[in-house]
Amino acid sequence: MEHIVIIGNGISGVTAARHIRKLSDKQITIVSAEADYFFSRTALMYVYMGHMKFEHTQPYEDWFWEKNRINLKKGYVKHIETKSNTLHFSEGDSLQYDKLIIATGSKPNKFGWPGQDLDGVMGMYHKQDLENLEKYAPNNKVCKRAVIVGGGLIGIELAEMLNSRNIPVTFLVREDSFWNGVLPEGESAMINRHIKNHHIDLRLSNNLKEIISDENGKVKSIIIQETGEEIACDVVGLTAGVSPNIDFIKDSEIETGRGVKVNRFLETNIQDVYAVGDCAEQNEGINGRRPIEAVWYTGRMMGETVAQTICGNRIQYNPGHWYNSAKFLDIEYQTYGWVFAKPRENESHFHWKHTDDTKCITVCYDTNTNAFLGINTFGIRMRHDIFDTWLTEKRNVDYVMEHLAEANFDPEFYKTYESDIYSAFKNELQTV
Amino acid sequence: MSNKLNHSMSLAKPDAVDISNKQKIALAIGILGLFILTLALFNTDFPNKALFLTISLSLISVGTIIYSRDAYLTKLEGIKNDGVWFKSISSRGVWGWILGVILTAFYIVLYFYPQYLGLGKDGASNTGLISFFDPLSNLLSGRNASQWFVYGTLYTVAIMAFGYKFMLKYRHNRYQQLRTASVMFFQLGFAFLIPEFMYVMNSDLPYYDLKSVWPLNYYIFDEWSVKAFLSNGNIGLGLILFGIVSIFVITPILTYKYGKRWYCSWVCGCGGLAETAGDSFRQLSSKKMSAWKLERWLIHTVLVFSVVMTVAMVYTYLGYDHNTFWLTKGVFISLVIGFLTLVFAGVMYFKRHEFGKDARYGAIGYFVVIALLVTMHFTGTSENVFFIKGSALRSAYGIYIGSIFSGVIGTGFYPILGNRSWCRFGCPMAAILGFQQRLFSKFRITTNGGQCISCGNCSNSCEMGIDVRAYAQKGENIVRSSCVGCGICSAVCPRGVLKLENDSMKGRINPTEILLGNDVDLMDLVNKK
Repeated sequence: MEHIVIIGNGISGVTAARHIRKLSDKQITIVSAEADYFFSRTALMYVYMGHMKFEHTQPYEDWFWEKNRINLKKGYVKHIETKSNTLHFSEGDSLQYDKLIIATGSKPNKFGWPGQDLDGVMGMYHKQDLENLEKYAPNNKVCKRAVIVGGGLIGIELAEMLNSRNIPVTFLVREDSFWNGVLPEGESAMINRHIKNHHIDLRLSNNLKEIISDENGKVKSIIIQETGEEIACDVVGLTAGVSPNIDFIKDSEIETGRGVKVNRFLETNIQDVYAVGDCAEQNEGINGRRPIEAVWYTGRMMGETVAQTICGNRIQYNPGHWYNSAKFLDIEYQTYGWVFAKPRENESHFHWKHTDDTKCITVCYDTNTNAFLGINTFGIRMRHDIFDTWLTEKRNVDYVMEHLAEANFDPEFYKTYESDIYSAFKNELQTV
Repeated sequence: MSNKLNHSMSLAKPDAVDISNKQKIALAIGILGLFILTLALFNTDFPNKALFLTISLSLISVGTIIYSRDAYLTKLEGIKNDGVWFKSISSRGVWGWILGVILTAFYIVLYFYPQYLGLGKDGASNTGLISFFDPLSNLLSGRNASQWFVYGTLYTVAIMAFGYKFMLKYRHNRYQQLRTASVMFFQLGFAFLIPEFMYVMNSDLPYYDLKSVWPLNYYIFDEWSVKAFLSNGNIGLGLILFGIVSIFVITPILTYKYGKRWYCSWVCGCGGLAETAGDSFRQLSSKKMSAWKLERWLIHTVLVFSVVMTVAMVYTYLGYDHNTFWLTKGVFISLVIGFLTLVFAGVMYFKRHEFGKDARYGAIGYFVVIALLVTMHFTGTSENVFFIKGSALRSAYGIYIGSIFSGVIGTGFYPILGNRSWCRFGCPMAAILGFQQRLFSKFRITTNGGQCISCGNCSNSCEMGIDVRAYAQKGENIVRSSCVGCGICSAVCPRGVLKLENDSMKGRINPTEILLGNDVDLMDLVNKK
């Protein structure tokens, strides 16, 4: 029986395993060093905040794996020998495979800051990071202040986590407005204010210079590059993005760039070796997407796709229209299609913000053809399949704005804003 | 994960966030109110019972209100579940167990030993806690209190005070606020005040909470109840007809349009208490597959039991003679069997594709019920069902299901099993409505394309123990008979994936697992295979 080995028990690897099992009878082994069972990484924050226990982040009960004949092996792969199809573990043992799926995900970026490996300095990505956080920031007596470096989605989640335990947070963001490489100006500014409303000490245009150690090798303070200010703190969160977790692959014959290089079939340069999820790097981005996408759903889609290919239905990875979502403290965010921080050539943005400063939308459209290109919504839920349909049908922006109410996904009895938005849109067009 | 770490994540510091001074004062006020009740329980002779009762209930309410205001109004609007799994009371810790034991003990005394609460038996006047409530009862209906009046008052106070807390907690969510206002209204008006006023208007009418439908209101067709209704002329007849219409007409129509949530989380008192006072315990309901299996067996067994019991009860007091009353034992049994067969045949005909192996269980259940009824009629020239008297069946139901299951376990075990354990495992009404909801209702929870990140907030806060995430991560609509439509899964979802909807019956069930977000051709390709 063909033996499929998957390195990594995140969403990509586990989805691949589940679908291979659905489609075939092959022998399946999942290897992981991080956790015994698959858990949802995105939910780690809720464990720290006390909304859930760790076991609740596991989508499948423990009996699931045996019932579906998916072997789980705990171990850290040190080296992949592609000539003999063998994995070597740091524990000394080895494992043979017929087909290999690399699904090792990402690791937090570190940019060579002095002191970045001190005790009390951590990312917020792995389960071990959470364990570290419990150790160094169990409450606001042990951790009198935390500093977060890097203004992305993980950074704000970490800020929310620490905030839930009343630990004061200083949040260093390199940009002059939160996440403004991705969010248009109005949205980014609204989130800045929302962060400050939570009593988080948001420092824009500030970079980390160095992390200072105390006599025990634990973080004592940090120094800000721009001002030279020293901020005393007990924990430093490094959340300046993630990059593919592929160090152990670099000395194998598998071709790597920033990630493991794959073609549209998720195949690497070595036959019978595939890569999916955060660690996979497309030769070029698909439909304007980046070559590496560290997003939950693309990992899941790649897992589904590679399972088809391995089970004899060789198909391309073909992600549809871009979408994503996040939550900034109390404000939900969704995006469908492309809305860039600054409108590109022949693009224009229509921005609407509610007076309560927690809801806004931005719609991007083509100024020549009037084609609808994308939408960002904050504090208003929208229907994925409707926008998917409108983008596929290439609707123009007037149609979308007129029919926006159809796409509303807010709970019943919620106040709706579509008519406000539509009249604002009409007015703006008339004044231009 | 090491055991030690698990420990630190849940219990190292049970109250992760200390309560504020204001909350400490609020707690003191509330406990003072409870303390007065305790004194009354131990037969303290208060000089002015009405005054002290007012003070006591006010202190309890005011304490809860101040506490909640400080907990929620000091923060921005949004989901506030921080630390629920750290707090001893809401994570089956010491306080949770203590509360569970106190509640359970209270229910046992309430149902089985009301004399310990001071109920005066055989015309004797009340003492203790129950006499403490006499002034209020006299004010409302002109009679002395019973243990049920005491219970009803405390129940209503709990729904009001904790309902207020719930509305503050979800003040960003209008669905939650309206729903809570609705259960507060129905509890105060329909379950508490109107029955008392009905007594004032016509003291021979049996207690009737208009919103309580058979089989939740399992005593409505008891002989004493029916006789009392019938002896009260048109009002009584009207009420009993309303009872029957509620079961066969109103309920199915509303459930068709809105799902069972119109009842379970907008009207029902059991649901009302679970949603308000029980809100802190919703995360405790088990989501294991084994719990789901147990739930399905248990709740349907209770339903079968309640149907057979009621039929047997009615059967025993009907006569044989056509000339006395048209509804004889024979006609009645035939009507029941005819009706059940109609339901059964209809379901099998119209919905056969939607069933899995559950259909077999359903069929077996059906034939068991019919066999019981037929046996009852033909072997039973007497009143026996399998040699058990109908009245014995009725009292067994009253004790084991009406009292122990719904009260002692259903509510007493809130801090252990979660707040809807009665609704989930025992309520025959929920079973009937669930059956209707699963088969013919416009209601479902829809999922938002591929946005789910499998975080598990939805499943964690489902009080009915539904593994919501299992559906959401597949992009599958959630059509489950147990869903009471509380809407909390939708509220806590950090990605806006879930929405409660009433829509057309078409496309309600979409079980195919598709490649969410992948382009259309690929989806077609995979679905064809």
